[in-house]
Amino acid sequence: MTKRRGTSRHPSFYRDQGPYKGILGWLMSTDHKRIGLMYTLALLSFAAVGVCAGLLMRLSLIAPGKILTAQTYNEVFTVHGIIMIFLFVIPGIPVAFGNFFLPILIGARDVAFPRLNRLSWWLYLAGAVIVLVSLVLHGRPPDTGWTFYAPLSIESQANISVAVLGVVVLGFSSILTGLNFVTTIHRLRAPGMGWFRMPLFVWTLYATGWVQMLATPVLAITLVFIILGRFLGVGFFDPSRGGDPILYQHLFWIYSHPAVYIMLLPAMGIISEIIPVFSKERIFGYSAIAVSAVAIASVGSLVWGHHMFTSGMSDTARVIFSLITFVVAVPSGVKVFNWVATLYKGSIVVCSPLLYALSFILLFSIGGLTGLIIGALAPNLKLHGTYFIVAHFHYVMFGGAGFAILAGLHYWFPKMFGRMFDERRAKIGWLVLFVGFNCLYFSMFILGYQGMPRRYFDYPPQYFTGHLVSTIGSWITAAGLIIIFGNLVRSFFKGKQAPANPCGGKTLEWRIPSPPPTENFERLPVIKGEMYRFERED
Amino acid sequence: MAVDYEGKKIGMWMFLFTELLFFGGMFLLYAVFRYRFALDFHGAAAHENIVLGSLNTFILLTSSFTIALAVSAMRQGRSALSSSLQAATIALGAAFLVIKYAEWSAKIGVGLYPNSPVLLQKNPGEILFFSLYYVMTGIHALHVIVGIGVIACMIIFTTRGKITSKKPIMLENTGLFWHFVDIIWIYLFPLFYLIT
Repeated sequence: MTKRRGTSRHPSFYRDQGPYKGILGWLMSTDHKRIGLMYTLALLSFAAVGVCAGLLMRLSLIAPGKILTAQTYNEVFTVHGIIMIFLFVIPGIPVAFGNFFLPILIGARDVAFPRLNRLSWWLYLAGAVIVLVSLVLHGRPPDTGWTFYAPLSIESQANISVAVLGVVVLGFSSILTGLNFVTTIHRLRAPGMGWFRMPLFVWTLYATGWVQMLATPVLAITLVFIILGRFLGVGFFDPSRGGDPILYQHLFWIYSHPAVYIMLLPAMGIISEIIPVFSKERIFGYSAIAVSAVAIASVGSLVWGHHMFTSGMSDTARVIFSLITFVVAVPSGVKVFNWVATLYKGSIVVCSPLLYALSFILLFSIGGLTGLIIGALAPNLKLHGTYFIVAHFHYVMFGGAGFAILAGLHYWFPKMFGRMFDERRAKIGWLVLFVGFNCLYFSMFILGYQGMPRRYFDYPPQYFTGHLVSTIGSWITAAGLIIIFGNLVRSFFKGKQAPANPCGGKTLEWRIPSPPPTENFERLPVIKGEMYRFERED
Repeated sequence: MAVDYEGKKIGMWMFLFTELLFFGGMFLLYAVFRYRFALDFHGAAAHENIVLGSLNTFILLTSSFTIALAVSAMRQGRSALSSSLQAATIALGAAFLVIKYAEWSAKIGVGLYPNSPVLLQKNPGEILFFSLYYVMTGIHALHVIVGIGVIACMIIFTTRGKITSKKPIMLENTGLFWHFVDIIWIYLFPLFYLIT
């Protein structure tokens, strides 16, 4: 750890523990960087569990019945969904990179409410523990899928209530993080940093914070209804008591569609930071990217109905939801065009963060455009119940948010851990992952188009080839992830010491030592001019 | 570091937004079910005790008045007066809960509660009306209980000098929360008692 200590006048945040020693010095810390690091570790550990569950599902699908029973298969895919969605990708970027970098990017010493931030972290841990307990508790793990659709979730004999309670606690954590970030951005920007001088990652965190605050409570109350339904027989979703299961779906997606943007907006923010740095070019259309983040957040809150086109809805409602779905594609397209225009005539340096960013653009575009296919009414009716949805979802979540997390991890690794990673191994890992990813999920587009229903444990023989390709892809993907994280872990212990600004970034985090000192800045910076000023070298 | 007055105010208002959306989910269900079963809802509302409901509305409005006075007193530096006004708010909140308890007991006494044999014999709309009644007033009552706990903490802070005329923000935010709880009741009252 010698190299992570910093100088004696400005000890790095790794060394400066405050009143507590050892592990408590971390758990009791209100330092946003320590909290961000702990979140990062927790998220990646849970993701590893989720990946294992996913691999197991894929393995079972090439030999249905030989490896898992149908009931176990349902449990494994529910566990995969709950862990990946609620423990990894929804908290994901805001709690890990947002915590670590938001205050630094706006030139502040910490978030607006540091103790509330620590409470969010504890709530996250508590929620995660409750969810994990539901898997091992006496009885069966949840088997409803991550959506907890009523009436199955009310009637299932599995440990639904415990899992749902865990998700509610995670929701509180998410709400408090969003509240904290929005207040931080309103109040703690350094002198001279007007709204339109903020780094774009901050803009996306701002939009995300609002979605977290306004959408998550709706999920919380919906899940409370499930618990009440199971314990007290309150039948809001039970037709025999006048209730309506479709209402559950409405309430659920009123949260869970905006939640897609909780995952994706900050991912887009990371990409908007990386592209200009590695093309040595100021970002094209700064204000368009900034405003489009807010536009995605607000319009994206009105499209939940497209998850329910086949569940029973009036034609008028379906046409309106479909139309608004197409409207959301516009600000997303604005971002993609701006990234590409930034690359145009830039002095591109092909480093691993850029490779992840570029593959994000490609995979997210495939995910987004197939989103329009299923957002249109006629194709949706054919494709809604099939693997096409699974493929689209994973292209957006894994190809989008997942690749952005990897991009951010490589981009900010030197700053967060004070070490350089092995660039060659990072590139090999990226290549293997990229190939494996497309093998794993593109085959699902084809399977879905051929009519393979999703969630099914077994299938007719004509789908075998597609499933086999997909499962082989899942092994390649896992191999890629092992290379990538093996490299990062090795670099954490053995990498060369990182300079303050290894890749020529212009935002504030690159003007302070790696890893940053506890107080971030010796004196709070004063911002003069825009953040993305790259000298033209032509 | 100086207390960021504006920041704490912004944070509290945002918290209230999330609370509003939390109750919003329940009001949404109410709206849908009321639209579907308008007649059942009107019939079921006749079981509500309008006298006790009105009394509770009066009590909660008065408690909002006392907490507002407590904040004003604090701004003028009259800490002792502020403490007693906060105590009065707690007393009114407790009175609200006692009356709510009496109402619930009376209903449960005649077998009107979720999943009860008596209730399940009734029309779907009536079952939903009473389920919504228990869930919405129950979660509202939970907020009243939390509010009472928070105000109790504020009294301790006031006597220990942690809240002063220069640093009234914690008390002001508590006041905001209490007003919010009051406003939710202002909507619950007509939706359950006055639609007969």
